[in-house]
Amino acid sequence: MEKIKVAILGSGNIGTDLMYKILKTDRSMELALMAGIDPESEGLKRAAELEIPTTAKGIDGVLENRDIRIVFDATSAKAHLAHAPRLKEAGIIAVDLTPAAVGPYVVPAINLGDHLELDNVNMISCSGQATTPLVYAVNRIAPVKYSEIIATISSNSVGPGTRQNLDEFTMTTANACQGIGGAETARAIPVINSAEPPIMMNNTVYAVLKEEADEAAVLESIHEVVAEVQRYVPGYRLKGAPYIDVRHTPWGDLPTVIILNEVEGAGDFFPAYAGNLDIMTAAAQQVGEQFASHLLKKGGVIA
Amino acid sequence: MKTPIVTDTTLRDGSHAVSHSFTPEFVGEVVSRLAEANVPVIEVSHGSGLGGSTIQQGFSVHDEWSLIERAVANKKDSKIASLFVPGIGTRPEILKAAEYGVDVLRIAVHCTEADVSQQYFEQAKKSGLGTVGFLMMSHTQPAEVLAKQAKLMESYGADCVYVVDSAGALVPESVRERVASLKEALSINVGFHAHNNLGLAIGNTVAALEAGADQVDGTLRGLGAGVGNAPTEVLVAVLNKMKIDTGINLTILMDTAEDLVAPVFKYPNVIDRDNLASGYAGVYNSFLLHVREAAEKFNLNPVAIIEELGRRHAVAGQEDWILDVALELQQKELAQKELVK
Repeated sequence: MEKIKVAILGSGNIGTDLMYKILKTDRSMELALMAGIDPESEGLKRAAELEIPTTAKGIDGVLENRDIRIVFDATSAKAHLAHAPRLKEAGIIAVDLTPAAVGPYVVPAINLGDHLELDNVNMISCSGQATTPLVYAVNRIAPVKYSEIIATISSNSVGPGTRQNLDEFTMTTANACQGIGGAETARAIPVINSAEPPIMMNNTVYAVLKEEADEAAVLESIHEVVAEVQRYVPGYRLKGAPYIDVRHTPWGDLPTVIILNEVEGAGDFFPAYAGNLDIMTAAAQQVGEQFASHLLKKGGVIA
Repeated sequence: MKTPIVTDTTLRDGSHAVSHSFTPEFVGEVVSRLAEANVPVIEVSHGSGLGGSTIQQGFSVHDEWSLIERAVANKKDSKIASLFVPGIGTRPEILKAAEYGVDVLRIAVHCTEADVSQQYFEQAKKSGLGTVGFLMMSHTQPAEVLAKQAKLMESYGADCVYVVDSAGALVPESVRERVASLKEALSINVGFHAHNNLGLAIGNTVAALEAGADQVDGTLRGLGAGVGNAPTEVLVAVLNKMKIDTGINLTILMDTAEDLVAPVFKYPNVIDRDNLASGYAGVYNSFLLHVREAAEKFNLNPVAIIEELGRRHAVAGQEDWILDVALELQQKELAQKELVK
């Protein structure tokens, strides 16, 4: 079967986990290149051992290869800002796993179909991938006045990039709950827990409704969306049943949907507790697959 | 023993104990009295720090900026501090605090996560604020780990780093070790913030001073999260007896604690079963009212919730775990009842 050639740019932890995910899936993508800038990096070594072509010339190495149609950028926001125009010029689709957000936010379970003609999409943040679908699930049935999400992640799974840019992580996630989730206003609060053994990524979503809603319909919508996310993140699940409580809010006593969620990783490269990292790579892979199959359907010609 | 800089945090830590319902008038009056009593630093903000008005932490009844505005207007020679928890607060709040005339930002993180605080220390410094690092839940880590974390904060620009006994779980010996370790590692001030779950808030504060602490916290009549803190008026009385003259007027503090603060208590801050269990299990003090609410709602023993939170090593900001634990305990109870049937 014909496949679309893809490259991973960035041979760090995220890039490496994504590599394993693509390799174990036989669908529309073929991993044609693993690109980094450090020939000694663990990711490049692992790729070479698996007989995946590698380059230590970063973006230049990617652009030398004329067959690549999709690039997963797992470098940094600053690097992606430089990569984005060059990829565009080369007619390559960029799936951006950095916070650069050159292209629109994409959550496979919500809005991927709207963006398949674009050449750059952004994966938001780990907590954005986990919580936005839940806000969206509520909002499509009962308009959400305010959503607040608490994303709790284990200290071991939070890399230096996030640590130095916690504000960007916080604001990006809140923006996604508003922009894609549909909440009128939104807050996102990350919590880092250093317990040993490490805790699994877990999220709490509070969705304050504008008015009374049909509880059964809200629950059904949540279950549907969870099932949708599970198609690409098998360890994504609800903890207990979501329920509606009346809460005192600055806008009066309003019905508030409370959803507890946890994300167990597939354990491809990251340990299973690091569901926050897994959901990023799993969602990116899903985005890549959809782009690839879209390209194949169009006969491999970018319109 | 040196004379410590005392910070009164009634109007911040105490915010938890009144479910964030302080009025601008109350804040204005208390700040006036504390300033008149010559208390050098007065902390005012939502209990969980700037931007803490959320479902998770509890919404503020009155906008915290209206409280801060009143505090700054009445501060005289005292400094106004605000708490800032990265993730709950974001940099725009730091800019706003500087604009409103806040003097000092106290940046609080769980005591293993100092490296998330760099961008906030840098912003605070850039905005001309004094900076204090708060290592929360200090009982969970040994002295050497705390010293390393404190050293990071020093490198980011902290003027002082506090050992914060958020759960009231430390005893004098463990306070001395931690404070001494920070004193040895740092060239900046070291502080200590106590909670009274084991009846040691004043004792631990004295132990911290013996180990060289430069700054200590108190709240009037001990009004603070959970069972509360070292009462500022008692602390000043003790320091007077120890011949340490802070220059703070004890009479004014005693009157303010009695006349203004005592009437706003919503529950007595005695070491009852829940508060003792919380300190003993090492659970964050501001969880108390949320735990009691969940216990009532799900018909559970609060101590069972507290102990499970301790087992899970919940950190500051994890009020949502209270709900998770309560739902799990309720499921367990239901399952047991089924078995008995």
